[in-house]
Amino acid sequence: MSENEITINNYLKYLSERKLMGSKCKKCGQVDVPARKLCSKCIKPATEWTEMSGKGKLAAFSSINVGTPYFVKKGYDRKKPYVFSVIALDEGPMVSAQLVGVDESHPETIKVGMLVKVKFLKVEVEGLPEKVDLGFEPA
Amino acid sequence: MGKLARKVALVGAGTSKFGQTFPLRRIPEHWTDAWLNAVATVDNGIEPKDIEACYVGNYSADLFNHQGHLGPMISSLVGLNPKPAPRFEGACASSGIAMRQALITIASGLMDVICVCGIEVMTEVPTVGVTDALATASDVTFEYTAGATFPGLYAAIASAHMHKYGTTHEDLMRVAIKNHINGKENPYAQMQRSIKDLMERKIAKVKGAGGEVPDWKDEFDYLKSPSNPPIAWPLHLFDCSLVTDGAACLFLASEDVAKKFTDTPIWITGTGQGSAAIAMHDRTTLTALEATVEASRQAYQMSGRGPKDMQIAEVHDCFTIAEICAMEDLGFYEKGKAVEAIKNKDTYRDGAKPINTSGGLKSKGHPVGATGAAQAVEIFKQMRGIAERDRQMKFDVEIAMTHNLGGSGGTCVVQIYEK
Ligand SMILES: [Zn+2]
Repeated sequence: MSENEITINNYLKYLSERKLMGSKCKKCGQVDVPARKLCSKCIKPATEWTEMSGKGKLAAFSSINVGTPYFVKKGYDRKKPYVFSVIALDEGPMVSAQLVGVDESHPETIKVGMLVKVKFLKVEVEGLPEKVDLGFEPA
Repeated sequence: MGKLARKVALVGAGTSKFGQTFPLRRIPEHWTDAWLNAVATVDNGIEPKDIEACYVGNYSADLFNHQGHLGPMISSLVGLNPKPAPRFEGACASSGIAMRQALITIASGLMDVICVCGIEVMTEVPTVGVTDALATASDVTFEYTAGATFPGLYAAIASAHMHKYGTTHEDLMRVAIKNHINGKENPYAQMQRSIKDLMERKIAKVKGAGGEVPDWKDEFDYLKSPSNPPIAWPLHLFDCSLVTDGAACLFLASEDVAKKFTDTPIWITGTGQGSAAIAMHDRTTLTALEATVEASRQAYQMSGRGPKDMQIAEVHDCFTIAEICAMEDLGFYEKGKAVEAIKNKDTYRDGAKPINTSGGLKSKGHPVGATGAAQAVEIFKQMRGIAERDRQMKFDVEIAMTHNLGGSGGTCVVQIYEK
């Protein structure tokens, strides 16, 4: 087992270093994000790390007024909603992430299909370990 | 795709009264109410000695009630020990799965009669606990940390559906309005009021308090007002199903013994179960639920029936957008065309394709682990001609369907029923 094995822990470690890492299959070329040990297409353990450009399009989103306990701890509530989004990366795969830099209280101004780029979100909340969450913002 | 090795029938079915009942009515009360109501529908009676196993569908008594190991607890309340009492989990499809597994067990010849329980008592924890427990049906590592709630995931599906097909907020509202009209006719429903009733009650309340009376012309005005706040935009309060305590009980019997219990068994002629990646971002489309497409394909093939043959259906409307997607993914309508049918009121009780005559999860309530079995209860009542109040179909229902989803569509179970 190499130190750089494709694991969730190593994916999150890369994220903490502000790198969005996927895996690329050496057999069929499939790209997966988050990185996977087994290629999602040919189900062979033939993948290797590959860094994403961080560019993509907004595929789906919701401006959330009643959030998860984690986001409530981050300071969001009914009056201060946050946007959960699914982003289609230029490299192909989709990822879930918070969308920032938009008008969360006027979600009708946010458009599916808009171009976005990665924005690493440093989490410094009392009672939570320091970490980096995946985010995107308008390109 | 194989066939069932022998026919299996539904010979009795009932639910408890759905509502927010904790601490007055907990797991034992809901289950025994459902059992008694189901026993009362078996024409020639049914006794514990007739039953060979108790299959329990429950999502998460662990998180909602701090209670695991539900199988033997449920079976012991109705005198079914020492018979097998397994529990099945597939988020909101848990009792759809339990029913399907009972069906497969009986068809195999292993057993002749199985009791199916679907149950969830959700209000033992506060709302934030409910949100959290439901969110664990998503991908906790990658969706939950991105802020996904259960409404948020379906809201994201809605945003994509609106973008691709031009579906509007009004289309979503029409689903809720129709389901509440049906729920008003269901004495076991949690919310037995139409949205018009709720609007008029609100107006009367404001008038009584001497406030400024809102000038709502119809339900749409009411639903666009602050009385219907956003929960996860584009979904608002009235797009969401309810937080509910409830249970359902089904008795399934083989063709060899079904006639012992009743002269009018309801045959389950098709069953299917599909899956998709638990995380939405790992799926190939966001505007259709692939598990629904697969589960219905299997059930259609097994029964030799098609979407047009289904006279009525109970579909999984955990959110209004989910009913629209189901209508399309089950093949009732082409993708993007369901909203036209909704506008034409085709899905009303007197329409061409009545959907969710029970009131659906929206108005009847959504005790998640009980929902799949409770859908079968409504179909049983409609096919036997015993649906309460004014919601009994005016024609003889001969073929019908239930569609039960788990999570944001990671699991789906479809069953087809015939007389
Ligand atoms: Zn591959």
